[in-house]
Amino acid sequence: MSGHHVSRKVYVAVGLALLALFVLTVGIAYIDLGPFNIVVAMTIATLKALLVVLYFMHVRYSSRVTWVFVSASFFWLVILLVLTLSDYFTRGV
Amino acid sequence: MANSSSRLAHQFDDLLQQQEASNLGMWAFLATEVLFFGGMFAAYAVYRSLYYEAFVAGSQHMDVLLGAVNTAVLLLSSLTVALGVHAVQRGDNATLTRYLLMTIALGSVFLVIKGFEYSHKYAEGLIPGIRFTLEGPNHVELYFILYFVMTGFHALHMMVGIGIMTAMIIMTRRGRFSPEYYNPIEVSGLYWHFVDIVWIFLYPFFYLIRVHP
Repeated sequence: MSGHHVSRKVYVAVGLALLALFVLTVGIAYIDLGPFNIVVAMTIATLKALLVVLYFMHVRYSSRVTWVFVSASFFWLVILLVLTLSDYFTRGV
Repeated sequence: MANSSSRLAHQFDDLLQQQEASNLGMWAFLATEVLFFGGMFAAYAVYRSLYYEAFVAGSQHMDVLLGAVNTAVLLLSSLTVALGVHAVQRGDNATLTRYLLMTIALGSVFLVIKGFEYSHKYAEGLIPGIRFTLEGPNHVELYFILYFVMTGFHALHMMVGIGIMTAMIIMTRRGRFSPEYYNPIEVSGLYWHFVDIVWIFLYPFFYLIRVHP
């Protein structure tokens, strides 16, 4: 009934990709990259979240208005984080 | 399906429009959930940057292996939910039920492991306000407050998710779903995936701050 059905193969491939990224994030955590450990960890986490949203949650195949809702939730999260952190990180204490 | 037209609420033109509306409704709810957890993410980011050494000290008390098992368990549970949606789209409700049962089982494994972790934390005296005996750097307690509040709210969402999936199994067994109508399965899946995404961030936040020797 919905416009597009994701195939079983795609779901399994995305599941395997998620597990691979998870193994990668644990492995990299054991290497000392200094301040870049958190950068790498957050990049991988964001990639995983993106895979889940686009494929498991079908946003890639969803209508424009769904895209607007999803982007809006992300946009407001960015406002919350950027405004809060730009305050705390510029207090110079 | 004879009963699929009866699934169409009168305010919608057709089932496709109805499905679109219920998906949007769920996304609107998830947007509020993003901001609910987002506030805690912001608190985490601020305090981690202010008291980094305390966060490192606190994270040394995490069981990286148990956290890793739980991450894998949740990722797998998202896959079983996605495959469940795939099954109902083909009208294979027996397979759908199987995948929903697997999802509930994986979700329960997650919660049991979380329970063991919490009880270890109690034994070690690492629960702020209840039993906290750790002598560490200043503000190390803050790490554990954030840990329990954030993983606690996440676990609460998992419990709700397991309840929802149980309801989905009952509805499936009552023959409510068909390839033409499975909105509740789709929407419950969106919720489950969201809870999975929250954990995708919580795991590196609390377990992987500094594990390298």
